[in-house]
Amino acid sequence: MVLITRKIEFSASHLYHNPNFSAEENRRIFGKCNNPHGHGHNYTLEVTVAGEPDPVTGMVLDLKELKEILEREVMQRMDHRHLNYEVPELSGQIPTCENIAQVLWRLLDPKITRGRLHHVRLYESPDLFADCYRNGAAAAGKQ
Amino acid sequence: MSSALKVELGRRYRFSASHRLHTAHLSEEENILVFGKCSNPYGHGHNYVVEVSLSGDVDPATGMIANLADLDAFVARQVLEDFDHKSLNEDVPAFHDRVPTTENVCIEIFRRLKSFPEARLERIRVEETGKNSFEYAGDNPEGNRP
Repeated sequence: MVLITRKIEFSASHLYHNPNFSAEENRRIFGKCNNPHGHGHNYTLEVTVAGEPDPVTGMVLDLKELKEILEREVMQRMDHRHLNYEVPELSGQIPTCENIAQVLWRLLDPKITRGRLHHVRLYESPDLFADCYRNGAAAAGKQ
Repeated sequence: MSSALKVELGRRYRFSASHRLHTAHLSEEENILVFGKCSNPYGHGHNYVVEVSLSGDVDPATGMIANLADLDAFVARQVLEDFDHKSLNEDVPAFHDRVPTTENVCIEIFRRLKSFPEARLERIRVEETGKNSFEYAGDNPEGNRP
C-alpha cells in the first residue's frame, strides 16, 4: 500500500459561540475566539489517500483528479467564507478544527473512489491541528 | 456521528534547552566515539518543538476534544516550566542518570503528560531541529499512527 498526500490552503473566518451558554460562559470557555465579529485563519489541509499503484499508470489515483475534488468540495465551499454563516455542513456546530476536519472527511470520503481516504489533517495555524482517521484503522492494521 | 472516525487534536509547543550526550557507563574515548560533537563537555542547545496528540470524544457543546487553555496550562506546568531555558542534564532529574537524547526526551514528556485529565494522550513527537524528529506513543499500540 502506498500513501499519497495533497496539501491545499484556504482562508476563512469563524467564531466560537454556543447559544445555550450565557455570555459569561461563552467568554470563559472560548476566550478570544468568542469575539462576536469573528476572526480568521489561513487553514492548511493535508489529505492522504491509500492504495495500490495501478500497474499501467503507476498511480494510486491521478493527483489532478484529487486536486479537482479538493477544489470543488473544499475550496469552493470554504475559501474566503465565514464558516459559521456560509457553510451549511457546519451549521449548528462550533467550527473548531476538530469539527471542520470531520466535516471535510465526510465530504471527501465518498468522492475518493480510486484508493481510499486514509487521513485528513487540518491546520488552523502551524501550532494547532486536528487529525481524522477511520476508526479502528489502527487496530485492524493497514487497510 | 463521530464513531466512524477517530479524531485527534494536535498542539505544538516550543522550548529551548541545552544538553550533552554523555554517559558514565562508557569511557571518555567511547563517549566521543558514540556521541561525537554532542559529547562536548560544556554541552550545546536546541530549539525543540513538542507536538502533543490527544484523542477523545468531541464535546458537542464546545466542538472540542479538550479545552486549549487547559491543555496549554497543563503542558506549561508539567513540561515547559521545567525544560525551557534549562540544561536538561543538570536541571531535569530524569536525565541525571539517563542520556538526554531526543528519544529519552520524548519518553519523559509522554510520562509527564499522560495524566492530562480531559483526553487520552496518543503520542508525543519532538523535533530536535528542523531536520530530525522522534515519536513515542507509550505502550499503547493504538497511539501509533494508523
